[in-house]
Amino acid sequence: MAEDIIDIINFQSLKTTGIKVNYLYVCERKLWLFDRGIQMESTSDKVLIGKLLGEDSYPREEKRDMMIDNLINIDIVGNNEIREVKYSNRMYNADRIQLLYYLYYLKQLGIEKKGIINYPKMRKREEIILTDDGAREVEAALVRVKEIVGMDKPPELQKKPYCTKCAYYEFCFG
Amino acid sequence: MRNYYIFSNGRIRRKENTVYIENEQGEKRAIPIEDIDTIHVFGEVDLNTKLLNFLAQQNKIVHFYNYYGFYSGSFMPRDRNVSGELLVKQVEYYLDNEKRFYLAYSFVEGATFHILRNLREYKNTENFQEKIRTEMIKALETNTINELMGCEGRARDIYYEAFNVILKPEFFIDKRQKRPPTNPINALISFANSMIYSTVLSEIYHTQLNPTISYLHEPRQRRYSLSLDIAEIFKPLIADTIIFKLVNNNMLKIEDFEEDVNYCYLNNTGRKKFIKEFDQKLATTIKHRKLKRHVSYRSLIRFECYKLIKHLINDELYKPFKAWW
Ligand code: SF4
Repeated sequence: MAEDIIDIINFQSLKTTGIKVNYLYVCERKLWLFDRGIQMESTSDKVLIGKLLGEDSYPREEKRDMMIDNLINIDIVGNNEIREVKYSNRMYNADRIQLLYYLYYLKQLGIEKKGIINYPKMRKREEIILTDDGAREVEAALVRVKEIVGMDKPPELQKKPYCTKCAYYEFCFG
Repeated sequence: MRNYYIFSNGRIRRKENTVYIENEQGEKRAIPIEDIDTIHVFGEVDLNTKLLNFLAQQNKIVHFYNYYGFYSGSFMPRDRNVSGELLVKQVEYYLDNEKRFYLAYSFVEGATFHILRNLREYKNTENFQEKIRTEMIKALETNTINELMGCEGRARDIYYEAFNVILKPEFFIDKRQKRPPTNPINALISFANSMIYSTVLSEIYHTQLNPTISYLHEPRQRRYSLSLDIAEIFKPLIADTIIFKLVNNNMLKIEDFEEDVNYCYLNNTGRKKFIKEFDQKLATTIKHRKLKRHVSYRSLIRFECYKLIKHLINDELYKPFKAWW
């Protein structure tokens, strides 16, 4: 019981947006820049396609784009599951931790569901269940997000294979 | 996305997702909104809030110029991405003398690099180059913005004097006059600088930098003084090279200028000639060494803003852009 209370207090100080948890696994530098409001204009076609996929792929679902506490924005909420729709599985780990975080968040609110990532373009789906290990991984991620955004300058530039496709590419290397 | 320039009188309106430019003769030109980056209005044009709201929603900028072709103001949609932290940093670097001086000097350094690069292209400019270098060395030993500005001003005067060696004799420059320009070359320089200024402003607008806080120029000097700062680097690189080309290849003639009581200014034919070259130049690409991509001159201006941001957030020391080709 005592442990639970501490958990809840910690969670209150650690909770953040889904996108930041996602970015943590993509690039810590991107996370820092994004957190400071240094964002790139989303003129990229990818972003647009992602949006269209989200809007058109599942027209009959009941609840779409559900926003909770202004922090997490779930694409689709069904009875037993929450779903995210993604363009490709290139960033699978980042998408996975994001969804795990949503499941974790909902659990704090007393709601238990499973997660599904849909890749309509690839006709694929991945199921994601919040296990104890998953919960610990989420907690570690939240602590790390807090550490990163608390830094007084952005994490140093390190070239990653996907930098050239990142919206910050020109910012980082220009 | 590109720049659109409106020289004729008439109106601009929105119809669905298209912007229509209509001249006095009723000729219409349709521009899909996605194709617009910035609209520059030189003519006398009517527009309404329906259009402005649409442009705002699509995050498009409009720059307006007065009768003489000088920048008079902009319509810039409400800032979408502001960064409070970056604004605080911008101010901090202005208030701290040492930090401000570093940036101010960097802008002058970038400008001078391109000035000397231009002069090297022409014979008999060695003594001008020498004098400019001397001013720059003096500038290094100063430590107030005022003294720096003094050196910069003298270097610039020497540079404009060299124009008489570079340019054909009809375009003799006696001394640089800004307000108002009273002879063709001054009118041309003013117009060219005004175009660089508004172009830099558009690029700044697409970042989180606040255009009103500057380092070399005083923030109170002009509303968007950061644009003046960054423009310094690109004036010799872009504007002056176009001036040399237009004048020395007989592309611009004295007939392309008009004179008023106090003013000399480029007329529409002259402006069109300049802008044609200007647009081509901005779209010209060069291979970027770090990005390993071809990037346009226009993106180089954007990158300058990014570099300044990186400097301000303590990520990477700002070094002014110096053309390497
Ligand atoms: S370009 Fe590379 S280093 Fe920069 S934010 Fe994107 S992923 Fe991170």
